[in-house]
Amino acid sequence: MQSTSNPISTLSLADLPGPDVAIRRLKHPGRWISGGLVILLIAVIGRAFAVGQIQWTVVGEFLTAGVIITGFGWTLLISACALVLGVLLGFAFGIMRLSENPILRFAAWLYVWVFRGTPVLLQLLIWFNIALVFPKLYIPGLIDARMVDVVTPFVAAVLGLGVNEGSYLTEVVRGGIGSVDKGQKEAAHTLGMTPGQTMRRIILPQTLRLILPVLGNSAIGMLKFSSLAATIAMGEMLNAAQRIYFINGAVIELLFVCAVWYLAGTTVLSIGQYYLERHFGRDAATTTTERRWFKGWARRPAVTGEA
Amino acid sequence: MTLAVKAVGIRKSFGSHEVLKGLDLDVTYGEVLCILGPSGSGKSTFLRCINHLETPNGGYVWVDGAIMGYELARGALQELPVKRLRAQQSQLGMVFQHFNLFAHRTVLGNVIEGPMVVRGLSRADAEARAMGLLEQVGMAAKASSYPSQLSGGQKQRVAIARALAMEPRVMLFDEPTSALDPELVGEILEVMRNLARGGTTMIVVTHEIGFAREVADRVVVMIDGEIRENGAPQQVLSNPDDPRVRTFLSRVLA
Repeated sequence: MQSTSNPISTLSLADLPGPDVAIRRLKHPGRWISGGLVILLIAVIGRAFAVGQIQWTVVGEFLTAGVIITGFGWTLLISACALVLGVLLGFAFGIMRLSENPILRFAAWLYVWVFRGTPVLLQLLIWFNIALVFPKLYIPGLIDARMVDVVTPFVAAVLGLGVNEGSYLTEVVRGGIGSVDKGQKEAAHTLGMTPGQTMRRIILPQTLRLILPVLGNSAIGMLKFSSLAATIAMGEMLNAAQRIYFINGAVIELLFVCAVWYLAGTTVLSIGQYYLERHFGRDAATTTTERRWFKGWARRPAVTGEA
Repeated sequence: MTLAVKAVGIRKSFGSHEVLKGLDLDVTYGEVLCILGPSGSGKSTFLRCINHLETPNGGYVWVDGAIMGYELARGALQELPVKRLRAQQSQLGMVFQHFNLFAHRTVLGNVIEGPMVVRGLSRADAEARAMGLLEQVGMAAKASSYPSQLSGGQKQRVAIARALAMEPRVMLFDEPTSALDPELVGEILEVMRNLARGGTTMIVVTHEIGFAREVADRVVVMIDGEIRENGAPQQVLSNPDDPRVRTFLSRVLA
């Protein structure tokens, strides 16, 4: 046999074990060491906070304080309203981005350019102070009011966060529509469906499934970004916490209270997102590439950089 | 012999590339017409021009008393609003190479979509008729499955039922078996054979020479955007006049 000259291939057929031969797995001592180090690190950090200058009883006390709970209610309301506004704008401008009409396409591009290109905090401040530009809101036969009465901190927060989110979702919707197979549209046309019917009944439902993971991330991001509304005197949770610690001085304690509630909220949303995706993922993806794209988005972390 | 479809001088270019060079074609009711030709000869584009999935650059298609996409006004063809074009398109059933089933709808949902949305049938009526059609193509048992759960042959049978659900005057098939595994081709050809026997008017772009020979009433061979042969299957397939058609056929029959 030629192979006997090879130092790796010295096992002759006569020495081969039977089919029931025991198999010993490779040991991974490195994993135990690195795991142990990380546990140690976590323990050190945990201990530092436990013995640090934090009054944990105060954290526990304010966790369920009425003002905080009410503030968290506002946080949820702002996030929900802004998300709905963002999704509506995202679909409207996303469809416009793909319009045959170059002027509509340009308008949608302009919207994305302006609102994605400026910080959301800045946008919030501008909406809040919009009365400086337009003292009165006057639509003949509909509204005639002072702008400061119309754009309350709540309205400014919803507009600021929602319009900003819409600019991101516009691009997401555009990509989603683009990734629905062209054949779907052609099939609908040969059945006699109008462009509107095709969009509503065939294209958008499939787009929605494709972009659901992104919308889940938007919801999670929105819950956190709503804290920016604290800067425009909106009494959401962070603002409520600030008002309390200006009085009692328990700064870190109240910030931790907020952290607990935000974590609780984002955790619930993450779980909801998982089940939504599992429900809709069932029949949406037909090809492997589609599925990979779908999952790939799901793994992408929430967009956090723009504030 | 009533005329169903009449294509007049169809021309189509993509950029500077002229795909169709002025095609004329008559199809009568009850006729099965197969369009053969090498890939790139423009046969799929021609089929897509017939139902205006592609708008021809010149010429027009007359279908049962109306010109597709236009109306004759003061000696010129006035383009129709999209809604009226769609109504015309719904009279031509289309079966695609890649099935194009609605991925988010069940098998039944795919078949009732057109009748409900375009023709305004009630769900109950649409479903009753759809089940009959699914029965006809042997897919009734899979009515509540989603397209992603079906084999290619099953998808194509559903796609045929979906097209039939609109009760089209003419059925167009764009290479209906080209995307199928070889062992699944037979079931689709069987469904098409049954349709032909039932008197359905069919225009079939295909590579299946055997099917053309057996089922077609007439065979058209296209080469480089022109119709080179147009006649009875025996005559065209066995004894073509055009030398380029002869080369093409010898290559596919070999």
